[in-house]
Amino acid sequence: MHALHQVIHTFFNPHSFTLAMPDVWAGFQVNLKMMFIAEALVLVFALMVAIVRGLPGRGAKPLRALAIAYTDFFRGTPIILVTFIVGFGLPGLQLGFISNRSFTVYGIIALTLVYTAYVSEVFRAGIESVHPSQRSAARSLGLSYGQAMRYVVIPQAVRRVIPPLLNDFVGLQKDTALVSVIGVAEAASLAQQFSTQNGDFPSYVVAAVFFILITIPLARFTDHLVAQREQRERAQAF
Amino acid sequence: MLDHIDLTVAKHEVVCLIGASGSGKSTLLRCLNMLERIEKGNIVVDGQSLTDGKVDVNALRRKIGIVFQAYNLFPHMTVLQNVMLGPRKVRGLPRDRSETIAHELLQKIGLESKAHEYPDRLSGGQQQRVAIVRALAMEPELMLLDEITSALDPQLVSEVLQLVRGLTEVGMTMIIATHEMGFAREVASKVCFLDGGRILEEGTPEQIFTSPTELRTRSFLARVLDAEKLA
Repeated sequence: MHALHQVIHTFFNPHSFTLAMPDVWAGFQVNLKMMFIAEALVLVFALMVAIVRGLPGRGAKPLRALAIAYTDFFRGTPIILVTFIVGFGLPGLQLGFISNRSFTVYGIIALTLVYTAYVSEVFRAGIESVHPSQRSAARSLGLSYGQAMRYVVIPQAVRRVIPPLLNDFVGLQKDTALVSVIGVAEAASLAQQFSTQNGDFPSYVVAAVFFILITIPLARFTDHLVAQREQRERAQAF
Repeated sequence: MLDHIDLTVAKHEVVCLIGASGSGKSTLLRCLNMLERIEKGNIVVDGQSLTDGKVDVNALRRKIGIVFQAYNLFPHMTVLQNVMLGPRKVRGLPRDRSETIAHELLQKIGLESKAHEYPDRLSGGQQQRVAIVRALAMEPELMLLDEITSALDPQLVSEVLQLVRGLTEVGMTMIIATHEMGFAREVASKVCFLDGGRILEEGTPEQIFTSPTELRTRSFLARVLDAEKLA
């Protein structure tokens, strides 16, 4: 009984819990901002990388190689290292517009770099999953390669990859806490400060609750989409 | 692989390609639309050579409509959007004009009521008819039909063939790969029997179906007609 009491006191002490709430919530706004901006950027860049990687012809070979090198590098490097490189390296460059940004901006850049690599692979899988006969049909109408991609292939590819894509976004949302190591004042780091000052840990739990509260709806939404697709495909089979 | 193909199709002519699966019927059609890489030889469409490397593939494909065995409608677009895509994006017509064209074509084939449905809500025969008018919406000078009834349930075949029959009546130039011998005999001005990637025998439907000279043609027809009797 004593041990249980101890656990509750250390992690869920209501007084400390309430006390930590405003600070951590303020920090969480930063996480939210990083999430939304990084996610928007990732969608755009990842699709670009995926398209470049699929470009046909010998002329596009250097571009394809570049896209592959990019994906390999940023998928293979731990996000914390990318964060250090961006967060400490870019200011060190002393290049006016890029070197005196806030840590939040560097955090967003690091997240975008890494998750663009992951999500571009998701898009690529989606593009490749569209049956070649769809391209033939589009091209045979006289659509150019670009038009066939834009009107026929990519819309179908994107629909298919929404569930795995949202999965990656859950990862991105959590990693907004990780990139705070360079000094972003977000939920996790403010929770840590609070914890050090008060000598207990409810502030961490508060931060965890915030993250979970936004992850769960996204996860349920993903489940819903998957279920909907399965139902649709089953209906087609009959 | 195709080899030694020498075929001339005049305007308003309907050429039927017959032969076993794998004899090269589809490959020949796909070559004509440059969906297949051509290693050697020359193809001339409307005075324009496809193989001299200077041809504008997209411009050429505008003149040639192709319909596939598996319909290949775009599943994320409604029937109307499927038919409108070519006129709108390739012919560059304004939206309302493209829509009118699409509506008129759908009306002609009796599928106006399905204009706003997605392809997966249509029967195979309906989908294939939409695929045909999607190609017609480009106002092609030549239509290539690649075994367009092979994937259909028997009772849906006739509605598609009826539509093709209508096209022959308005003088559409067509090259048709088909397993429907009765239909080939009825609409063709010329029948080609393909075997192993070559045109083994060609002639009028009468010639090919009543007195084929090649042994392989004879045995092929005997097998097919037998199977039809059994069915």
